[in-house]
Amino acid sequence: MSIKGKAYIAGAFEHPTRKAPDKSVPQLHAEVALGALKDAGLELRDVDGYFCAGDAGGLGPLSMVDYLNIKPRYLDSSDVGGSSYILHVNHAAAAIAAGKCKIALITLAGRPRSEGQATGTAPRPGSPNQADSPWEVPFGPVTANNYAMCAMRHMHEFGTTPAQLAWIKVAASHHAQHNENAMLREVVTVEDVLASPMVSDPLRRLDCCVISDGGGALVVVSPEIARSLKRPMVKVIGAGEASKGQGGGKVDLTYSAAAWSGADAFAEAGIKPADIQYVSIYDSFTITVLIQIEDLGFCAKGQGGRFVSDGNLISGVGTLPFNTDGGGLCNNHPMNRGGMTKVIEAVRQLRGEAHPAVQVRDCKLALAHGTGGLLGSRHGSATLIMERE
Amino acid sequence: MAERIPSAPPQNADSLPFYEAAAQGRFIGRRCTSCKQYHWYPRPYCPFCAQATEWVDLSGDAVVYSYSVMRRVPAPYAIAYVTLAEGPTMLTNIVGCDLDTIRIGQKLKVVWVASDGAQRVPCFTPT
Repeated sequence: MSIKGKAYIAGAFEHPTRKAPDKSVPQLHAEVALGALKDAGLELRDVDGYFCAGDAGGLGPLSMVDYLNIKPRYLDSSDVGGSSYILHVNHAAAAIAAGKCKIALITLAGRPRSEGQATGTAPRPGSPNQADSPWEVPFGPVTANNYAMCAMRHMHEFGTTPAQLAWIKVAASHHAQHNENAMLREVVTVEDVLASPMVSDPLRRLDCCVISDGGGALVVVSPEIARSLKRPMVKVIGAGEASKGQGGGKVDLTYSAAAWSGADAFAEAGIKPADIQYVSIYDSFTITVLIQIEDLGFCAKGQGGRFVSDGNLISGVGTLPFNTDGGGLCNNHPMNRGGMTKVIEAVRQLRGEAHPAVQVRDCKLALAHGTGGLLGSRHGSATLIMERE
Repeated sequence: MAERIPSAPPQNADSLPFYEAAAQGRFIGRRCTSCKQYHWYPRPYCPFCAQATEWVDLSGDAVVYSYSVMRRVPAPYAIAYVTLAEGPTMLTNIVGCDLDTIRIGQKLKVVWVASDGAQRVPCFTPT
């Protein structure tokens, strides 16, 4: 059984806030839920499937189900970090295809900015029951130096340069200038990126995403429900998910699980990378984008540096417009989990609702991809391909 | 500038023998009793063939697979993946050198560094 054509994204909502000191995380979840349902033309009482990840406090989905006072008959709190919400669309589509629910709500929210989290540079505490903790906690692995080791190895094997990585940030900034909610709207140059302070070699400050409060939500529905709503039809046609670790010590930092989740998604959709007109690619760091673009098949392994250069990711300029909302590098990264906003901007593009300056003309096929956890040790990967019907 | 002090490792039954050996300056890992492959991090069942593994002495020789110097902290430190002479690649710190001189492929030797707990942890230094 395939999920191709079995589910539609009928509602999508991105919280406009980037700093929410006076709101609770449950309130933010509720606001994005209501926003996405309103977008779809549905109400809370219509929801019969609920999906969330670790940003929702409490035991799995239980506290948010109670807070929203909904009565879903399908529940899923799979957590693969920032890629969770892309994976949730896959799970929601499968549940809908199996007749387990008809209207699935997926929410994400958090306030790392208001709470002062040093997201990329603070050590994670680990636990005796986490298989890898006894072997890694001593050495100070943090988000930034983990991704930095991937960049260092990629540069070593393929000659990728800091300037090539910088082009990814430059493209994001070109898009963010048009987004009134984006945290960083100033257009930057390769030179600006290379002049920013070193965080963890070879990644500089402008290679890193922002830290923001906020959230987002999606409503995934059955074909019958989708046809009954007065919204553009965004059909799920392919999805894949995967997880990659250290392989028992056979570490290879040059590729990610996108090589697997992407292949599955393309096979299910029955299309190839060249057919995709718009991509949302997780951009926790510039290197994250480069490795995923290669693994998804938009260029050959090792050619990512050349591929992203000279504005090739800028809408209206290059061959692969990406993250036209400004992405995590410039717009937002709610709760340090960027998968949700990746789907939302892809939906905007397919509906023709992106900002006119970045809207891809007659956008019919889009891909959203996320990496969650840590690219250089253990990460989840989720790929979603959508078609405007 | 003072070097960063490694954090004490959380412990479980998989790791206790390793850190007990470390206290005596012995660097050990696990090898499969069936397919004879080494793996990292150590676990009782082989990640390649699921058969039982056993503790064996490791040479302590390695080369840098990748690394990064964390700059935005009071005491910059080098995290690294190093590939052991026996085959597996492990996460560690590179210590006892000018951090700006570290290079991929550089030869290393294990050194024991006291953590902020009771354990000594395996770091590596250029030979």
